[in-house]
Amino acid sequence: MTESLKGAKPSRRQFLTGAAAAGAGAVAAGATAAAGGDPMIEQVQDWAQATGEGVDATPYGLPIEFEGDVVRRNVEWLTADTISSINFTPIHALDGTITPQGCAFERHHSGAIELKKEDYRLMINGLVDTPLVFTYADLERFPRENHVYFCECAANTGMEWAGAQLNGAQFTHGMIHNMEYSGVPLRTLLEEAGLGAAGDLKDKWIYVEGADASGNGRSIPMEKALDDVFVAFKANGEALRKEHGYPVRLVVPGWEGNLWIKWLRRIEVTSQPVQSREETSKYTDTLADGTSRKWTWVMDAKSVVTSPSPQAPITHGTGPLVITGLAWSGRGAITGVDVSVDGGKTWQEARLGAPGTDKALTRFYLDTEWRGEEMFLQSRARDSSGYVQPSKAELREVRGLNSIYHNNCIQTWWVRPNGEAENVEVS
Amino acid sequence: APVRAEKYGLGRAATPEEIAAWDLDVSPDGTGLPEGRGDVFTGEELFADTCAVCHGDFAEGVGNWPKLAGGQDTLDHEDPVKTVGSYWPYLSTVWDYVNRSMPFGNAQSLTPDEVYAIVAYILYSNDLVDDSFELSNENFLDVEMPNADGFIIDDRETAEAHFWKAAPCMSGCKDSVEITMRAAVLDVTPEESAAAA
Repeated sequence: MTESLKGAKPSRRQFLTGAAAAGAGAVAAGATAAAGGDPMIEQVQDWAQATGEGVDATPYGLPIEFEGDVVRRNVEWLTADTISSINFTPIHALDGTITPQGCAFERHHSGAIELKKEDYRLMINGLVDTPLVFTYADLERFPRENHVYFCECAANTGMEWAGAQLNGAQFTHGMIHNMEYSGVPLRTLLEEAGLGAAGDLKDKWIYVEGADASGNGRSIPMEKALDDVFVAFKANGEALRKEHGYPVRLVVPGWEGNLWIKWLRRIEVTSQPVQSREETSKYTDTLADGTSRKWTWVMDAKSVVTSPSPQAPITHGTGPLVITGLAWSGRGAITGVDVSVDGGKTWQEARLGAPGTDKALTRFYLDTEWRGEEMFLQSRARDSSGYVQPSKAELREVRGLNSIYHNNCIQTWWVRPNGEAENVEVS
Repeated sequence: APVRAEKYGLGRAATPEEIAAWDLDVSPDGTGLPEGRGDVFTGEELFADTCAVCHGDFAEGVGNWPKLAGGQDTLDHEDPVKTVGSYWPYLSTVWDYVNRSMPFGNAQSLTPDEVYAIVAYILYSNDLVDDSFELSNENFLDVEMPNADGFIIDDRETAEAHFWKAAPCMSGCKDSVEITMRAAVLDVTPEESAAAA
């Protein structure tokens, strides 16, 4: 069935449509052979004759079925269960920079909870003049802003520290999404509670936690809290998805995704970092000598070619080829991306789909000609702080193999003459 | 920038009871710890009933579930075993996290005394206290965590200063490119067909 007819006389139309389709199929081969013409053009197709769906068929739509592979995927062996776990954005199949919410990755520590706006409360307490409780409706009455930022899990690409493991950009780089958020600067809410009681703000912190069982509490220095941290309740124009923190989440531009507290329920102004589980046991980065970095908040400049890639092989043969990918930096805006087709021997500057913006995904393209040769595809991001995305060897030289988090190395795809691509490491 | 003087008058004052219900966090200096106590023996029983199914009778971990004990002196090894005993810098974090978020699936079901007892048992499982030990809010800060000094503050801007480059190499950057590792050899990526299921 390619259509869904409504009303008083569907049967005759369906009959005619069905007959036309059967007839077209029967003569298609002969028509093609005789005239060399394309039956998709020369034969009247169903959709050009009958009608499509009415406007009442889909009050809130999903992608067409043919895009069924553009979905979140999980990797079973990564975690003990699916409740405290991760899934991956299908970045290999997307273009532009905005991530559709429905396939934007999830990372929960005690599952995606269901929290109604009516039941929602946000508390601000600690070193404030007046500890406050806000309802959801209160939050919508503060002056609002819109910002586009990427949220990248600290563990994105973490499975690749020791070698090439997972075969696809979705799996190696898909713990990321990029949305347009609407909400209130955290600064506005803190000032509503009053920061006089905190005294000198320079050495103060906030501790933020969610309403879920994991709490996911994290400490953030006051300087960042008052700079660009954002309390969001809309993403890409609509309410946050349940799995992304409905009805309210924290947006912490440029900083590791774990700090983007979902189902945000409490903000405490403190005189010291709480040193919670998520900033001691987890989200600390062990170096080769056994010491570990803590408070590695910023996500460094990074990029990946999304197509061609293992899940997006070249199927069109030789000739014009669009090499495309994503670049981003927590330290500022992407200023340029270089692409290599020979494993880093030589580089060419790619074209940015739009100028890079602060702490947001940037699309890049290299429009090239492929003659069917083997390629070792790489991309190298540069940001407004002057940082240049390093190779995995450069990162390992400083950090060893056990950092788990913050792997922003240059990725290599080995594209073979048949167009298939594979995740590899090269010398 | 200066703090704004005028307010919008939104929200209402939080009551002390409300703050007490939600503000449960415990800091490394003991701030936030409630009064209470619990010993290793009591903790062992509680652990067997509420924790061991995932974390093992001796906190050694079951299957893929986290190991809470062991792994001492492995942090510079090829595969470090990071547990409360080998890795966690502060005991406050153990108390805070168990109290707020454990057992997994039934969080916030333990009394303060039960949390003290379970934390005492985890310390015992890590050979950090003997079996007669009782943990309380009074002796809490006396416990020494082996990896308390194992952490440094993010030093990327100095340790990785060489990643900031004026002009990265554009040509003749290396002589040869050889494949050193392939993901397809490991073959641990889920099959594409699994997505449609």
